[in-house]
Amino acid sequence: MSSQTAYTWGSIALMVTCSTVGDVLISKSMKHVGDIGELRKRAGLGTVIRRVAGTSTFWIGLFFMMITFYTLLFALSHADVSLVVPATTSLTFVTNAVAARFFLHENVDGRRWAATVFVFVGVALLAS
Amino acid sequence: MTLHRYLILAAMVVLSSVGDVCLSRGMRNIGALSVGDFRRLIPAVFSPWVGVGVLLLLGFFAAYSIALSWADLTYVLPASSIAYVLVAVLGWLILHEHITPTRWAGILLISCGVGIVAGGPIATRRHHPAEEPHS
Repeated sequence: MSSQTAYTWGSIALMVTCSTVGDVLISKSMKHVGDIGELRKRAGLGTVIRRVAGTSTFWIGLFFMMITFYTLLFALSHADVSLVVPATTSLTFVTNAVAARFFLHENVDGRRWAATVFVFVGVALLAS
Repeated sequence: MTLHRYLILAAMVVLSSVGDVCLSRGMRNIGALSVGDFRRLIPAVFSPWVGVGVLLLLGFFAAYSIALSWADLTYVLPASSIAYVLVAVLGWLILHEHITPTRWAGILLISCGVGIVAGGPIATRRHHPAEEPHS
């Protein structure tokens, strides 16, 4: 494996991990805040901002998203956007499905699991 | 799903796709970075293309957070999957990246897979004991 390929796939692995942790934490915090559209109508934008900013999981999630972002910049200096972005986002989709099932208790049914197979095969083709 | 919610998902797709392409364009100008080059990564954020990319991705993050306030994570990500196709097309048109037929097949397969998921309910129905009928 060339160092270029190692950098690219190492960056993708780090982005998938940090993005999954960030996504789960931010999803958890936004569920805690509730429907933002409804809340804004009822209590105004200031209340929305205060509620979101007052959730610790939001800030921890944002920290993981920032690591993901800096790793993305690093990866894009080595590889095509059409490889890095789809590979990362689609792999994150799979890890998120697992994490959402166990940490967010979302109903990840047969339809959603079946889709992960499509995504895996798609990623394999994309990276070939 | 209301029109407003569809617009939030559409904003996610457009902002993330165009933002990623801007970042890619900016990082090409800066050149390849190695693991020890993190000091060069910080000023990169202030270069024009990367700066625009960052602003667009901040917009994406706002739309994404709003979507997560009323939909499952496992719905929001697949529903915005058309971004895969958009990124590839933008990379091909603007950055003149070569996309092989195999890569196109992969992108299409991913979109089909996530499209299946997007056809389901947007949020998990939570069990609230207070809603149970009294016996």
